[in-house]
Amino acid sequence: MIPRMNRPGGVGMRTPLIDGIDKVTGRAMYTADIAAPGALVGLILRSPHPHARIVSIDTLAARSLDGVHAVCTGDDTPIPFGVLPIAENEYPLARGKVRYRGDPVAAVAAVDEATARRALALIEVEYEVLLALTTAKAAMKPGAVAIHDDKPNNVLREVHAEFGDSAAGFADADLVHEKTFTFAEVNHAHIEPNATLAAYDPERDGVTLHTTTQVPYYVHLKVAACLQIAESQVRVIKPFLGGGFGARTECLHFEIIAALLARTARGTVRLLQTREETFLAHRGRPWTLVKMKLGLKRDGRITALALEATQAGGAYAGYGIITILYTGALMHGIYDIPAIKHDAWRVYTNTPPCGAQRGHGTVDTRAAFEALLTDMAAELGLDAFAVRHKNLLPNIPYRTMYAQQVLSYGLPECLEKVKAASGWAERKGRMPPGRGLGMACSHFVSGTSTPKHWTGEPHATVNLRLDFDGGVTLFTGAADIGQGSSTMAAQCAAEVLGIALARIRVVAADSAVTPKDNGSYSSRVTFMVGRASIAAAQELRAVMAKAAAKRLEADIGDIEASDESFHVRGSDHGLNWIDTVRAAMVDSGAITVKGTYTCPPEFQGDKRIRGSAIGATMGFCYAAQVVEASVDELTGRVTAHKVWVAVDVGRALNPLAVEGQTQGGVWMGMGQALSEQTSYDDGRMLHGNLLDYRVPTVVESPDIEVIIVESIDPNGPFGAKEASEGMLAGFLPAVREAVVEAAGVQCHEFPLSPDRIVELLDKRDAVAARTAKVSA
Amino acid sequence: MPKRLLTLNVNGRERTVAAADGALLIEVLRDALQLTGTKRGCDGGECGACTVLVDDRPRLACSTLAAQVEGKSIETVEGLARHGRLSPVQQAFHDKLGAQCGFCTPGMVMASEGLLRRNPNPTVEEIKAALAGNLCRCTGYVKIIESVQAAAAAAGSAR
Repeated sequence: MIPRMNRPGGVGMRTPLIDGIDKVTGRAMYTADIAAPGALVGLILRSPHPHARIVSIDTLAARSLDGVHAVCTGDDTPIPFGVLPIAENEYPLARGKVRYRGDPVAAVAAVDEATARRALALIEVEYEVLLALTTAKAAMKPGAVAIHDDKPNNVLREVHAEFGDSAAGFADADLVHEKTFTFAEVNHAHIEPNATLAAYDPERDGVTLHTTTQVPYYVHLKVAACLQIAESQVRVIKPFLGGGFGARTECLHFEIIAALLARTARGTVRLLQTREETFLAHRGRPWTLVKMKLGLKRDGRITALALEATQAGGAYAGYGIITILYTGALMHGIYDIPAIKHDAWRVYTNTPPCGAQRGHGTVDTRAAFEALLTDMAAELGLDAFAVRHKNLLPNIPYRTMYAQQVLSYGLPECLEKVKAASGWAERKGRMPPGRGLGMACSHFVSGTSTPKHWTGEPHATVNLRLDFDGGVTLFTGAADIGQGSSTMAAQCAAEVLGIALARIRVVAADSAVTPKDNGSYSSRVTFMVGRASIAAAQELRAVMAKAAAKRLEADIGDIEASDESFHVRGSDHGLNWIDTVRAAMVDSGAITVKGTYTCPPEFQGDKRIRGSAIGATMGFCYAAQVVEASVDELTGRVTAHKVWVAVDVGRALNPLAVEGQTQGGVWMGMGQALSEQTSYDDGRMLHGNLLDYRVPTVVESPDIEVIIVESIDPNGPFGAKEASEGMLAGFLPAVREAVVEAAGVQCHEFPLSPDRIVELLDKRDAVAARTAKVSA
Repeated sequence: MPKRLLTLNVNGRERTVAAADGALLIEVLRDALQLTGTKRGCDGGECGACTVLVDDRPRLACSTLAAQVEGKSIETVEGLARHGRLSPVQQAFHDKLGAQCGFCTPGMVMASEGLLRRNPNPTVEEIKAALAGNLCRCTGYVKIIESVQAAAAAAGSAR
């Protein structure tokens, strides 16, 4: 599939989003914007304790209050939910126990907010307070109280895996080091707060939800399960969505609570979450401790890797099993490493539940690996680029020890291009005082090849409908969350059909209308939905070509589609688009076709390798980046001035969108590297607003220059791979190396916050003073 | 809470609404006038998504009492496009991908509009200073700065 790349909106052309005008005019309707006259106001009562048994809940007074239409508690929600069928242990409203401060305990729907607040205040809950375990260390301590009865040691999942002979590898090395790094917990901080509008559906005795989700299908399943109704009684619609970054890749408590309130009240309930509640729903990247051990030959060749990762995962399982497996799964597939040992622990804590966040599970261990590799290379007198060149995958196709297939690998080109663009060869080691350069690589999957809910269905389905007006309506369950998936799907179909992008209208993410899609997570949509869109367009093109051949009295094999016409190859004998549409509709009426995509089994991991479904993918996005940063000697503040990032996205279906996604990904890495962290005081959230949770402002944000590398993946849609996660992790080790050059200090804790850097600068100065004294 | 009639000039039109004494401008815009382009992204004054123009100056609608702005000219994102044509700032944010998810966009667009009215040719530092109170989580801000620069250039060549 080679795109023509010469028309506005065509594949490979810089194309503004097809829903962009709605966004810049304020017309775009997000969940909280949808008119619902007379809707009841929903509110949630949350636990004031991080860990406690619920002794009793008295809702009588609340129920008796005028204007209250529904009061619900855990008694109404006997079915637990969770994103992984093997680990569903969260209740929409707590039953018997609360496990983090903010755990929902009861909910009300009332005629207005004031009444709903009065009702919440009237609910009496008696708790028996338990010791709160808010760190992994406290939770893992022998004898600690169990947060969940089925895990007496508070470990949700332990992973122990070895590929190759790591002991032999370390014995063979000339230099072996082990270093410990810690990474603070971070949050997605998507700008749109969580919200659900739930309407009771009297026809079906069910519910219709508009909700802030990346995964309408998973919301659909869990709402039906928790309300104990059939899936056909539920309809889920995702309107415009104000970002996600992983926070919304599982059904969340407020969505089920809204549905429950609406059904109980037999009315419409608007449940808006505050920013503080949005932080409480969390699902961010967990606090992670990484012990990274590497063996290197004198020439920089890696002989072995051993890592231990411990995550404080919060109160419920959520994605935890997948997150912890990812800490090791993506040690594979970027460099050629003969032995990899992975030991990891996912721990329950009495803090808001963690989940998937951009770069899911891979960021902290990748950052630790890259940081240690650079430090050890420096000890051997090797440049950071040189040591990476030494360890590139030797030949493509390549199969990792974890059974991943690498069919496209643009990392070598990324390294060359980013090195040249940043002036690394001339500038590294010769930066002015207080300034430094650093570099690192990273990668991410183009979608997980094994769906979490295995059904045997295709991984993506797209319908196209063509009618009398010549317009093509593309139906997809894929959730556009701002990343531009609707634009991508439209571009793929338009390219195959050879028609203007404006002829295509995308209808997305409405379970009553669109085919099911697993959702926007693991960067799966471009690859899988893109392929399904191409397949559907090929079906439609075949129908059109057949009609054109009949009308033109030509052989179907001679019909070509391009520039809105179907014509006989090598002649000007043809039909324009609209005439072909009319020809095709004779006898058949409106035409509907379907395209699907399924990742072949050989890309779905190896059943003999435990956990290898995680990290199994059709292909990896690769990135290499250079960060230029300075350190303020007085305040310890680290400033990133410029980033050069080269990213292998297979093919840039829309270079404008690829740049935007890449810049956003790198920048989110910067937030984690320099300023972002959650904090709790005995389980009490201290960061629950956008001032204390320090998302970088425009003032602190550097220019990010994007260099697109196209390795043309043989399976990708027009060769494309993912383009929004693979570049995030590299920022952390790259800026760390820049700080080493700028200030001569090695920090092992992220974020590289001013207090940490000042402490290291003071230590550095104290050592220098002692050395000066000794030599004097 | 007692209500009284407020007359606000919103996007060039006089609008009379019954509002509680403590009603915030964002509540009047979104709930009474259905101008939902103005977004609420936080619990008050943190994110800038509700930025509107009051007498040409950017202001946070979530931290402004509606009664305070009676008699002033209030502009929201819905009022920028004239005769169905995008304003230069809107056009630039669309063309340059200054909007990804679009949730911070109304606030960004209005803050940028306010800047360009005061200063038609801002430097990058001036753009950054003007948008410092508007958080975006998608773009890393690079394309937002490019959008404002492109809008300034387009408005300049149109003058």
